[in-house]
Amino acid sequence: MPNYVYIALIPLLPLAAFVVLGLWGRKYLRRLSGVIGTGAVLASTGLSLWTAYRYFAACLADGACRPVVPLKVTWLTFSPGLSIDMSIILDPISVMMIVVVSFVSLMVHIFSLGYMKGEARFGTYYAFLGLFTFSMLGLVLSGNIFEIYIFWELVGCSSFLLIGYYFDRPSAVAAAKKAFIVTRFADLGFLVGILILSFHAETLDFRTLIQRLTEPSPQLASITTASFLGISLLSWGLVLVFIGGAGKSALFPLHVWLPDAMEGPTPVSALIHAATMVVAGVYLVARLYPVYAYAGPAVLQVVLYIGAVSAILAAVIACTQTDIKRVLAYSTMSQIGYMMFALGASGYTASMFHLFTHAFFKALLFLCAGVIIHKVHSNEMKDMGGLRKLLPLTHGCFLIACLAIAGIPPFSGFFSKEEILQAAFHANKFVYAIGLFTSGLTAFYMFRLYFSVFRGRRPHDVGSHHGEGPLTMKLPLVILAAGVIFAGFVPFSRFVTYDGAPEKAHAIGAFAIAPVTLALAGIFMAGYLYRKESDRPAKAAAALGGLYKFAYHKFYIDEVYSFITKKIIFNLIGRPAAWIDRNIVDGLMNLLAAVTAKVSAGIKGFQSGKVQDYALYFFAGIAVLAVLFIYIYT
Amino acid sequence: MNQVPLSHILFVSAALFFIGMYGLFTRRNMITMLMSVELILNSVNINFVAFNKYLYPEKLEGIFFSLFIIAIAAAEAAVAIAIIINLYRNFRSIDVEDAGEMKF
Repeated sequence: MPNYVYIALIPLLPLAAFVVLGLWGRKYLRRLSGVIGTGAVLASTGLSLWTAYRYFAACLADGACRPVVPLKVTWLTFSPGLSIDMSIILDPISVMMIVVVSFVSLMVHIFSLGYMKGEARFGTYYAFLGLFTFSMLGLVLSGNIFEIYIFWELVGCSSFLLIGYYFDRPSAVAAAKKAFIVTRFADLGFLVGILILSFHAETLDFRTLIQRLTEPSPQLASITTASFLGISLLSWGLVLVFIGGAGKSALFPLHVWLPDAMEGPTPVSALIHAATMVVAGVYLVARLYPVYAYAGPAVLQVVLYIGAVSAILAAVIACTQTDIKRVLAYSTMSQIGYMMFALGASGYTASMFHLFTHAFFKALLFLCAGVIIHKVHSNEMKDMGGLRKLLPLTHGCFLIACLAIAGIPPFSGFFSKEEILQAAFHANKFVYAIGLFTSGLTAFYMFRLYFSVFRGRRPHDVGSHHGEGPLTMKLPLVILAAGVIFAGFVPFSRFVTYDGAPEKAHAIGAFAIAPVTLALAGIFMAGYLYRKESDRPAKAAAALGGLYKFAYHKFYIDEVYSFITKKIIFNLIGRPAAWIDRNIVDGLMNLLAAVTAKVSAGIKGFQSGKVQDYALYFFAGIAVLAVLFIYIYT
Repeated sequence: MNQVPLSHILFVSAALFFIGMYGLFTRRNMITMLMSVELILNSVNINFVAFNKYLYPEKLEGIFFSLFIIAIAAAEAAVAIAIIINLYRNFRSIDVEDAGEMKF
């Protein structure tokens, strides 16, 4: 068994960068902060790749991947056997995730060197990126369910900080708040889920917890026999944990924060809101997957349908949006829906595979969007068009990423989508149909984006004073594009399976015909509508009528939320609570104060400072005493 | 000789005492306050003399006591008037309400 203790350095290096840059980044290290942050993440990436190499080499030698806990520090002990440990777990998915997270983070760090150059808060930006990278790496390495919750909140916090990076923009502040509140709301579910599961399993350690809840044990008996509203507490716990994951992963109906989160700087969107943080929910469900699988089909059905609904809903909305980053945001949501329903359809390997490939092509898409926005200084698709000649490298990378996400062979998205659809086909035909349709839609909206941005007529001179940006912006694109091309050939099912034993890779054959055909149809459809400037899109929109309008307004989900919060929660709970607070709680205090003030105002006249008055009181007292003496004593 | 009853004299004394008390409480002028104090002292003197004469005619302590009080009252008046003159020099007034420097 190789020694992995150095792994603690992988998250700690970005943390060190955060501390250094957070303390001195703004004043002393302004120029250097980018290099320091990037250097730390580069070291982390190197260590992650080396770890992955050693771990999977050991896997090959053993014939199966076994989880390893190289480090375990007891942090807080509640009772013997129940403690919050700071531990690191290495299993195929955590090793895969540290590679993805540190790699994408490195790309984003390098890209930001060019993209964020000249920003006033350059050092702060890198400090926040370091904090995020630390938290995310900590999250994926957590070997304790409470430890993962701590890092879970930390990524939420750094996401909040980075969305609100341009804090002088009210929309960015609102978006940051929205993201924080929505995910916090979902995290409540997660916390309650943790409490239910760990209370009955009597442990917080992932491996022990999974072992106790998947094999006959007194703990399993206690959690399955206890029930609430006729559903066993095991199901409740798992569903609540899933709700936490759904909030972080922007699944329907908790997705409303993700499109708004695009207010952050574009590289941040690439890192946090596309490639890494938003897949934390998928990762969480995957981490507890043995329990989900053991708990029976009901919970997995929830996961399956929520995933499928998110996938298709987001894809439909993405077809109508005009902001390039919002299209990508909905596309992210749709792809995460894919991963989720793959888990629900027992396609553990497929889901993780898609997570892996998605990180590459979505990060690439966002970074390309960054270059485009850098060039035209606008997020709106109508301000773009005909950029193919101006941005040849970006064009190539974007096209590769689009082909990958559309699922065209031999790009990486094809392989992972294939696995997912196969898993869905075996689990549920209806969801398979949804997945198939969504993959067609995906191709359509991605190529709608591609054609409107790179083909067609240039709307106005976008200025050719800078080309595609410095080398620091081009290099990550090229590296990620290479990743997109080759990630699909990683023999995933050989390594990443939930029981550790290698799985036979599905043969890709006739099964691939339907999705690829649909994807091609989507691409041709997009080409027909958007290749040249015409009134075809407007006509198509008019033909769809209400549906188009409905999708354009994101199915009015935001409006429903604001109706529920403003009209129902505020009026029925908030206002009465405010009334009680103002009139009863405050009123009691005010009454007390008023009585005191009144009494003191009444009696303060006695202490006038006039000797004559005092003499009078003295005399009155004597007189009273005299009267008393006369009438009582005698 | 038909004597005046003791109660009559005590009534005069009590009336004098309360008039003095009233004056002391209501007047703001230092001199009238001093006069009120004198009234109170005199009512006490009357009491002393009356009790001496009616209850212990063979003794003289009451009379001596009132003589003492008259002497002390004279001294007290001298001190009080000195205070009043100083007050007047400082405040151009002998109204007690004007001498509020040390208040609060």
